[in-house]
Amino acid sequence: MRWLRYIAIGILAAVFLASLFAGTLAPAPYAKQFRDEPEAAPSRQHWLGTDDLGRDRFSRVLYGTRISLLLAPAAALLAAALAGLLGGVAGYLGGWTERALMAAADLVLSLPWLFLLLAVRALLPLNVEPLQSVTITFLILGCLGWAAGARVVCAGAGALRNSDFALQARALGCSESRLLLRHLAPNLRPLLLAQFWISVPVFILAEANLGILGLGVSEPLPSWGSLLRELEGLTAISGKPWMFVPLLLLIASVTAFQVLLVDQEMPS
Amino acid sequence: MRSGAIWFALLLLTTAAGAQGGGQLRFCLHSDPKTFDPVLVEDDASERVRYMTGGFLTRVNRLTQELEPELATSWKLSKDGRTISFQLREGLHFSDGTPFSAEDVAYTLQRLMDPNLHSPTGDAFRSADGKLETQVTGPNKITVTFPAPVASLDRKFDQVAMLSRKSPKKEMAVLGPFYVADYKAGAYLQLNRNPNYWKHDERGRPLPYLDSIRLDIQQNRDAEMLRFLRGEIDLIDTVDAEYFNRAQSEQAGSAHDAGVSLDPEQLWFNQTAKSPIAAYKRAWFRSTNFRVAIWEAVNRDDMARLVYRGRAQAAVGMLSPADKFWFNSSLETRPYDPQSALRLLAQDGFHQQNGQLIDRDGHAVEFSVVTGAGNKTRERMATMMQEDLSKIGIKLNVVTLDFPSLIERITRTFDYEACLLGLTNMTLGPDAQMNVWLSSAENHQWNPSQKQPETAWEAEIDRLMRAQASSLDPKKRKVAFDRVQQIAWEQAPFIYLVNRHALSAVSPKLHNVQPAVLQPYVYWNIDRLARNTESASK
Repeated sequence: MRWLRYIAIGILAAVFLASLFAGTLAPAPYAKQFRDEPEAAPSRQHWLGTDDLGRDRFSRVLYGTRISLLLAPAAALLAAALAGLLGGVAGYLGGWTERALMAAADLVLSLPWLFLLLAVRALLPLNVEPLQSVTITFLILGCLGWAAGARVVCAGAGALRNSDFALQARALGCSESRLLLRHLAPNLRPLLLAQFWISVPVFILAEANLGILGLGVSEPLPSWGSLLRELEGLTAISGKPWMFVPLLLLIASVTAFQVLLVDQEMPS
Repeated sequence: MRSGAIWFALLLLTTAAGAQGGGQLRFCLHSDPKTFDPVLVEDDASERVRYMTGGFLTRVNRLTQELEPELATSWKLSKDGRTISFQLREGLHFSDGTPFSAEDVAYTLQRLMDPNLHSPTGDAFRSADGKLETQVTGPNKITVTFPAPVASLDRKFDQVAMLSRKSPKKEMAVLGPFYVADYKAGAYLQLNRNPNYWKHDERGRPLPYLDSIRLDIQQNRDAEMLRFLRGEIDLIDTVDAEYFNRAQSEQAGSAHDAGVSLDPEQLWFNQTAKSPIAAYKRAWFRSTNFRVAIWEAVNRDDMARLVYRGRAQAAVGMLSPADKFWFNSSLETRPYDPQSALRLLAQDGFHQQNGQLIDRDGHAVEFSVVTGAGNKTRERMATMMQEDLSKIGIKLNVVTLDFPSLIERITRTFDYEACLLGLTNMTLGPDAQMNVWLSSAENHQWNPSQKQPETAWEAEIDRLMRAQASSLDPKKRKVAFDRVQQIAWEQAPFIYLVNRHALSAVSPKLHNVQPAVLQPYVYWNIDRLARNTESASK
């Protein structure tokens, strides 16, 4: 299945590169309204046509991809780091620390995150730059996304703490910090990587869901979520196949992430 | 012998079909009606049911906007505007057969004004504290005296559906063309033809033509449109421009544009002294020049063309031209003129620096506009404003909030700078505008609940609104309200963006459809709607 992995890497690389070089590739600024050409079909000027305000859809897809694909991994990294830290500490120390941290994780897991995001967004100052606003949104997603991962990491760290090699290391006089950093942490790495890869598509979809509710990235900044909102309604989905490009990109990217994740988990 | 039997059977079938009459009309309500009691109606679904089932003393013709007699054949208003006397039609019966008399009118009005019931419909009649007096002067004559003068008293009876004092069915006994026959919460509502309905058509045939109406409870507008296109429902009373175009392209003759409606989309700035916004921003918002400049800097024709696909027009002012009598026709639509906007701003010391607008104290002009999340139309309008204002150097931040948060900000905390919302006007003229334009009103959105009017022009509006409300002479009222419209246009506390058109989708199989700009757009003449051409022909 190596070829599948290569395809996944190829897709992600192409999408990442295209979004990174959006400034060069985009034929028009993403916010520019060509008001005489609303809802135009694909043409030489507008490769994916224009939206209902006449904005170049290809440029918006490029910039939207940049937002979603750069910030989602950043949020996933934050979530995985928190999960590793809190789950690792809980699992390694055990006892009341484990019980307290896992109770906190349960509490976070039981929160209705969508309503929490709505509330946090409503509390934000009004004059916030769209980029700041979306960064805060992903930051919150990252801060809320640690709990499930922490449970997994805690279980893993607990198992490692009582493993034979840890016992042997202790018997040989290995210090606790060395044991933690040199022996246990590397063994937790696959778990953390898996948590990271799982979180990336989850956060992309979370932002898309917020966008569909109109609570994602502020106008005029595009994101996959705001671009997917164009597919709402009956008229949007008939006779305009080019409008599905953001959806296809989302599916392709999330699938590619999943392929890499499965590949990561499978024994070589 | 055998052929004779066949002809007899066919004759029986034809007779049965004739008896079946107008068939069933199907359309959707977007929520369950909260009540069938007409005096307690406050939601849209209940209002629609009341419209189709209720019997009213007078009725505003949605097409001509004129007041017409219904259960009352005539009425007389006293000079002091407190008393109205009705002469009622004779020999009428409720849907359950109970006779209708002046006693029922008295009973309905006493219930309407009962302070314990808090009737939203009754609020329109409460101009002062005191008791309502009803005097039944004959089986079909009644005189009603209110504690204080009520403006447009006769027109307000358009909302008062009569109840039966004696019927054991209480509010389910009705005088309208249909009665509620079956209701399954969350699923459907069945209205059947009222056999005792009093109206007849020009040929003397009893109305309504339709046998029944099935109202499916359907929240999802997409599903409603799909069902319409599949022919499962017969009409959608209100559609947006996108669905209008869809209906037009897929079903010829089904999309109806009755023209500009009463409903405006508007923007206002927060001028409330107790709001937590910066003082220099409040100073901008309190400047008439600033507000008018924003009005002129927004290309509202583009908004109507792009956001509403041409099914809207740039608004003139606080009233839509659709309000034929009350609209001040001397007012003109403000043109899109960024240069004029910049000149106005310059008068207040604003100037451009590197393409950015700066106030006289050196603050860059930037503000946010809040609107409801999920409303794609308003988000689009705000985005267009963002682009238009950037051309004169103003930075606009668009903030979409969930509706409870939005309401919290604009009515309680006042923590917002500008707000973009739309209004649905159900009634004509100034009566429904009192709670917006009086400076003491809670709905005086830009600066609500003022103890004393904070500006001279608000004081003048207060005086004019009170004067028109207490006058019984329509001409004097019109003069006063024209001046209010003029002041609102000059001072621009609300920046009126567009008036959307009254758009609806109706099956071509339905006859006698005459879409109007007053709601309900399509079925305002529900008793005359017909499915077959025979009923429809006059």
